Amino acid sequence: MHSICSQATAVPRSNFAFDSHAPALPISKPINLRFCGLRKEAFGFSGLTHSCSSRVRFTSRGHSKRISASAENNGTPPKSFDYDLIIIGAGVGGHGAALHAVEKGLKTAIIEGDVVGGTCVNRGCVPSKALLAVSGKMRELQSEHHMKALGLQVSAAGYDRQGVADHANNLASKIRSNLTNSMKALGVDILTGFGTVVGPQKVKYGKVGFPDNIVTAKDIIIATGSVPFVPKGIEVDGKTVITSDHALKLESVPDWIAIVGSGYIGLEFSDVYTALGSEVTFIEALDQLMPGFDPEIGKLAQRVLINPRKIDYHTGVFATKITPAKDGKPVTIELIDAKTKEPKDTLEVDAALIATGRAPFTNGLGLENINVETQRGFVPVDERMQVIDANGNLVPHLYCIGDANGKMMLAHAASAQGISVVEQVTGRDHVLNHLSIPAACFTHPEISMVGLTEPQAREKAEKEGFEVSVAKTSFKANTKALAENEGEGLAKLIYRPDNGEILGVHIFGLHAADLIHEASNAIALGTRIQDIKFAVHAHPTLSEVLDELFKSAKVKATTSSHVPVSEPVAV
Amino acid sequence: MANILQTSFLPSTSSLRRTPISGSKGKSQVLQVKAKIREIFMPALSSTMTEGKIVSWMKSEGDKLSKGESVVVVESDKADMDVESFHEGFLAAIMVEEGGVAPVGSAIALLAETEDEIAEAKAKSQSSSSSSSSSQKAVEEQPKQIEEAAPDVPAASSVAAAPAVSAPKTVALGSAVHPASEGGKRIVASPYAKKLAKELKVDLGTVVGTGPMGRIVAKDVEAAAVAVAGTVAASPAKPAPVAPGIELGTVVPFTTMQGAVSRNMVESLSVPTFRVGYTITTNALDALYKKIKSKGVTMTALLAKATALALAQHPVVNSCCRDGNSFTYNSSINIAVAVAIDGGLITPVLQDADKVDIYTLSRKWKELVDKARAKQLQPHEYNTGTFTLSNLGMFGVDRFDAILPPGTGAIMAVGASQPTVVASKDGRIGMKNQMQVNVTADHRVIYGADLAAFLQTLAKIVEDPKDLTF
Repeated sequence: MHSICSQATAVPRSNFAFDSHAPALPISKPINLRFCGLRKEAFGFSGLTHSCSSRVRFTSRGHSKRISASAENNGTPPKSFDYDLIIIGAGVGGHGAALHAVEKGLKTAIIEGDVVGGTCVNRGCVPSKALLAVSGKMRELQSEHHMKALGLQVSAAGYDRQGVADHANNLASKIRSNLTNSMKALGVDILTGFGTVVGPQKVKYGKVGFPDNIVTAKDIIIATGSVPFVPKGIEVDGKTVITSDHALKLESVPDWIAIVGSGYIGLEFSDVYTALGSEVTFIEALDQLMPGFDPEIGKLAQRVLINPRKIDYHTGVFATKITPAKDGKPVTIELIDAKTKEPKDTLEVDAALIATGRAPFTNGLGLENINVETQRGFVPVDERMQVIDANGNLVPHLYCIGDANGKMMLAHAASAQGISVVEQVTGRDHVLNHLSIPAACFTHPEISMVGLTEPQAREKAEKEGFEVSVAKTSFKANTKALAENEGEGLAKLIYRPDNGEILGVHIFGLHAADLIHEASNAIALGTRIQDIKFAVHAHPTLSEVLDELFKSAKVKATTSSHVPVSEPVAV
Repeated sequence: MANILQTSFLPSTSSLRRTPISGSKGKSQVLQVKAKIREIFMPALSSTMTEGKIVSWMKSEGDKLSKGESVVVVESDKADMDVESFHEGFLAAIMVEEGGVAPVGSAIALLAETEDEIAEAKAKSQSSSSSSSSSQKAVEEQPKQIEEAAPDVPAASSVAAAPAVSAPKTVALGSAVHPASEGGKRIVASPYAKKLAKELKVDLGTVVGTGPMGRIVAKDVEAAAVAVAGTVAASPAKPAPVAPGIELGTVVPFTTMQGAVSRNMVESLSVPTFRVGYTITTNALDALYKKIKSKGVTMTALLAKATALALAQHPVVNSCCRDGNSFTYNSSINIAVAVAIDGGLITPVLQDADKVDIYTLSRKWKELVDKARAKQLQPHEYNTGTFTLSNLGMFGVDRFDAILPPGTGAIMAVGASQPTVVASKDGRIGMKNQMQVNVTADHRVIYGADLAAFLQTLAKIVEDPKDLTF
């Protein structure tokens, strides 16, 4: 599950200054080239991962005398530091920050209380991709109509649950070791234990039952991520009432599973479960399924991903009480109307998956030691990810990235935030443009998006007084998609016709998650439609869907004068 | 029999069919329709589109529609498009749900003119979407619809529909007993079971669940559907005389068409009819038929043509009595020919049969028969006959008598033409092909002498058929 967090908070739009002329990152030492290679390998697997490092509850505190000793030093920053940068949490966010810090020549340590890789690698995007790869293939093999249209004959496709589960688990271990090795190879110190901020520029860490260690650093990044959010009234037993953490182990494939929440996580699991033969009932508190998506894309996705499958749904209802199966009774789910709060229905199912979003994992971080109050668990930060204390002042040298700050709960957003912070602390002001960060849902077919949805764009346009246009293209017109017999899909471009600015792009269709980057890069680099439409796409490829999309936009502005970038070369 | 079926309930490509598609207003055609309940059809959104998928209904049942307002989003082979209403009214019944696929031109919803008609339209949509053996209520309501509703009530589906499953209580296997279903009050069915039930039109209340805790699962619904289909197939959804698989000892309600036939037959009892028979030698006709058969001429067309030519000389036989006080002399000679179709009969009309040449008439006949089979006859193609032919000769029937359809003056029953030993006037005995015809007529306007003279003329024409080909 790419974004295991469907709770992504709204991204403030106006505060992000973006330096569109960012120079290439300086490569100061030749050795970095080798590191880049390693890094690339690690990212190759982990780029979509989630940033949550998992921290287990803090149990023993104050066992060590060294703690009290160090506590006396609270409030006085040390003169010299053990590290330039300490990162608490070795999820994707922390990993991204660590690698970039090394590249910038910082002495870096990363503290991890559980396993390297965090939620994403161990309990999120990575194992879920393994399951979704299986479900995609099953779906294809089971679709007689699809196979027949291609002239293929397949009989009785089946699967072995344990084999599928092992594939997911093996993938997670492999990515985890890649991540660990990449950091070790770069010289990042991996400190094992749970990190706590004990004062300015000072962190303690240690395992339960062992004495704590105190380390100091010029700058500290909190990257502790999130855990599945379970609303009250729901009893999770890990067998019949489960969260994504359990579901990814695929210990069972229930005949009938209710999925509470129809965001990314719920949708992806519905794809997996229905492909493996389960029937699914969605329970969504809002009035429509897939509330986070552009409405048009959501509607189309519902027609393709929900309606024809063995899925039904209840919308506008809360699950107030979910009781695990026991004593021969099924899982019972009590539903109330989301608005009137009247009891509405009771469901009896074989299992329930709670996919109601993710909660920040920030308890026990010691934030009270530096006068920081979390908001619903999230660590408040400014647009440069610098932590804000209870009085509204910036806390020097303390940053928070990823799910823990709740700005955009996506693994690659955490990593981007981490890189931005490293830029910041190494002397270059950098503000990340969150509107250029793509998101994807790995259903079959996939959904991807970047920037604003159409309603958001229209709202912004009204406020700021500009015009908004929408262009759409269908996968049905794409040669490659038709060759694959996968013509179902839509790409949608939301833009300003006056200056050609791309406000948002939404894709639903074959390999949408891979296609979005042309649009997200264009937004990140400030490329306008009138310029990008002259870029050439190989034929026949799915990327021509976007080519056609850009070409179908009607922009009043003419091609910018600074393109083409280089002189034409005769060949 | 032209007007046995004069009520306009037959499926046809009436004006309304095209209206929402092409946008042609077709006012003149609408006149003959006088529909209070209109159908909304699956439009042809592109030249290659044969069926469309309902993406979403933008209006729900009961919503008021104004002309030009978007009602439904349809996905064609090319794109999604909004479909507008071409009439004002209320969206009375949605017949194809979201996600459903319907062929171009088929009804997807009913539009009622007033709010009062919504309920009626709903009943209608049920009767047409379920099979002929649908609930008693729908059957009761059908005659009413026939009297006042559009010509497009798809009686076709009643007549020839495959035995769709329509939740007959007779196959209820008892209600689901589920520990937590509060004694059957609550139905616990899996998502796929629910979808299947909707698709197969199985009432979940009648299905016994065999899943965990007595839950209804997909295979229960499938089993129930098979059980129901078995029952329905066994019961004569098509009570045509030779329909296979009629279950003895059952009572099957009339289809819409059969109901109309029944009422017309009873009505015919109020008309004083009499019959006159005649034997006609057909050797010359048979020879002519053999000669021009290769040009597509059919025996039906030849008989119709001969009859029309004879009628031209005896206009009174082409007349009828509308009010019991007067002759209505019809301006044109329109020969209706009775045709048996699944579960009923219909009378396609050869208009101006006396004026149209035999080749054109034959082509026209073929076209009408094809249309009748496809249930696409338009009202004027089956209810404008002035004289009816009924031919059972192909079954070897040598003579029979026909009931006069109300609203016409005469009907002629045609028997088989067969070799007969005949004594001629010069005392010789020979073999001739002869057929017997028997005309039933309304004696208020047509008298015995009229019929006799007409039959004599007809016999002459048939026995010397050179005039048939001009």
